[in-house]
Amino acid sequence: MEITLALGIGVLAGSGVWLILRPRTFQVIIGLSLLSYAVNLFILAMGRLTTRAAPVLAAGAVSDPAQVADPLPQALVLTAIVISFATTALFLVVLLAARGLTGTDHVDGREPEA
Amino acid sequence: MNSLGDHLMIAPIVLPLLAGAIMLVLGGHRRNVNAAISVVTTLALVAIAIALLRAADASSTGVSGAYRLGDWPAPFAIVLVVDRLAAVMLLLTSVLALAAVLFSLARWHRVGIYFHALFQFQLMGINGAFLTGDLFNLFVFFEILLGASYGLALHGSGAARVTKGMHYIVVNLVASLLFLIGVGLIYGIAGTLNMADLAARIPAIRAEDRPLLEAGAGILGIAFLAKAAMWPLCFWLPDTYAAAPAPVASLFSILTKVGVYIVLRLWLLLFAGQAGASAHLGGELLLIGGMATIAFGAIGTLASQSMARLVAYSVLVSSGTVLAAIGMGQVGVIGAALFYLVSSTLGLAAFFLLIELVERGREPGADVLAVTRELYGEEYELEDTEEVGVAMPATLGMLGLAFICCALVISGLPPLSGFIGKFALLTEALNAQARAVPDSAWIFLVVLILSGLATLIATTRAGIQALWASPDRTVPRVRLIEAAPVVVLILLCAVQTIQAGPVLRFMNATAESLHRSDDYIRSVLGPAARLPTSQRQVQ
Repeated sequence: MEITLALGIGVLAGSGVWLILRPRTFQVIIGLSLLSYAVNLFILAMGRLTTRAAPVLAAGAVSDPAQVADPLPQALVLTAIVISFATTALFLVVLLAARGLTGTDHVDGREPEA
Repeated sequence: MNSLGDHLMIAPIVLPLLAGAIMLVLGGHRRNVNAAISVVTTLALVAIAIALLRAADASSTGVSGAYRLGDWPAPFAIVLVVDRLAAVMLLLTSVLALAAVLFSLARWHRVGIYFHALFQFQLMGINGAFLTGDLFNLFVFFEILLGASYGLALHGSGAARVTKGMHYIVVNLVASLLFLIGVGLIYGIAGTLNMADLAARIPAIRAEDRPLLEAGAGILGIAFLAKAAMWPLCFWLPDTYAAAPAPVASLFSILTKVGVYIVLRLWLLLFAGQAGASAHLGGELLLIGGMATIAFGAIGTLASQSMARLVAYSVLVSSGTVLAAIGMGQVGVIGAALFYLVSSTLGLAAFFLLIELVERGREPGADVLAVTRELYGEEYELEDTEEVGVAMPATLGMLGLAFICCALVISGLPPLSGFIGKFALLTEALNAQARAVPDSAWIFLVVLILSGLATLIATTRAGIQALWASPDRTVPRVRLIEAAPVVVLILLCAVQTIQAGPVLRFMNATAESLHRSDDYIRSVLGPAARLPTSQRQVQ
């Protein structure tokens, strides 16, 4: 499972970085989304990878913390997802405004001279 | 936690949040109501910041206390911490905000709706970043301040602003993702995100885990340094700041200082002398990077064609100087750097406001920027009746005098506070050790003096072009409400000069309490906290 997750994060991050370095605004926004997926998975992985672990402690039972999933990374990821969703939406608006104002979807607002 | 005074700590976050939310409900078109709420809130923030500063200064440790949100015990929930440094930054922010919001009342807040709401959310994010004692909460406040700053940077629209604003957004989104990676790594190794708890745990981290922790801290550092605009992460700054509307650019001069503040806070808390094997992690990098930033900024000021870009490059010089001083890591240098930080931020904020007034006179009839005209063509009548203020007698003289003062402050010449800041900085850097002065201090001296010279040349040239040499010069129409904030900011620099002794003593006390991280840890985690210094003795 570790190797699958690591490969997943690697592929997402690699594609994200490549897309961010592309000259079209749409590629940049997709790249940012992919990167944020990679980061979210990474944070989740930082709280130990567990399967079939209880999400919260049972009432009254003092169990071994190693048997329970770490709730903090899940909370962090949830926050990060909300924030990256909001910033992506905001960026999309700016992207459309830039397209409308400059007439091109190049990130610099003008086509490079060939 | 019961008296009202304790709850004052959270007021700098809650107050602008409420004000912004009320404005959103009222709608952006009720400009006068929004403006009134905005001014009153900002005034209240100044008063609260002064009260917090007095409380922090009066406490013996310099940390006036930790505010536990929801009253959960410290490492498990978010805390807000007020100490001298946070209180100074809060006061600086609220003063700049007051100047910017008053300036915007003359014209800029009419250029687009929701200016005041965004402005308040911006203040909420900045204040939160200064107050929080938790790394992930810091991320949230960073996003709030960035989100609001995206809106403010685009305020007034126009092709230039939107393209430059887009670059700004992309750079900051990538930096935020790096922030998250750093936070994730640190949490994975240390198991906590509370800054005080982290500082207490770092000395005990096992040697095989240390590289990962340091990698996490390094990635986190990149995110903050991109915000603080350290070279080579600073290329987004000049374009964005030069394109932003004047009051917004003026407030943005504190945004780079948020990055600087976080570096100062976290680095001294986590990686000062007591951090065991990780002590002084990356200190040389800060020093070298800071000096490279000063050099880049100085060359940039010389190469600038427009005044807005000149000031934007001066922002780089200012944050580079403070970063290099942090990299030296000595108490005296950091105290002097804080003095310099306050004076240069005030000077830059005044300069951003001033250049808009000066530039206004350069094109006759261009009282309103072209972008504004494009966007608000239908409000022409309004501008004719309301915008044209009374031409103040000796307007040009006032502008010229203000220009000279700003130039003196940011290039660090006597008699204003910029000189005292740089002088104290160099004195401390060269006197810091009784032993031989390190080479880095000499290089710092040369870089700092040369950057001052470059700034002086660039501002003199710009001043001559703008105020003396324009053949088609008309006296710009400046309203009192636009001139007053500039004058007040410059007067504050003058007060800082006259009261240099007490201010410098306060800044040195601040730097000393930053170096005594035990007090910070104890005030957050309680008197029974395991302290990094005691652990080191055990090891």
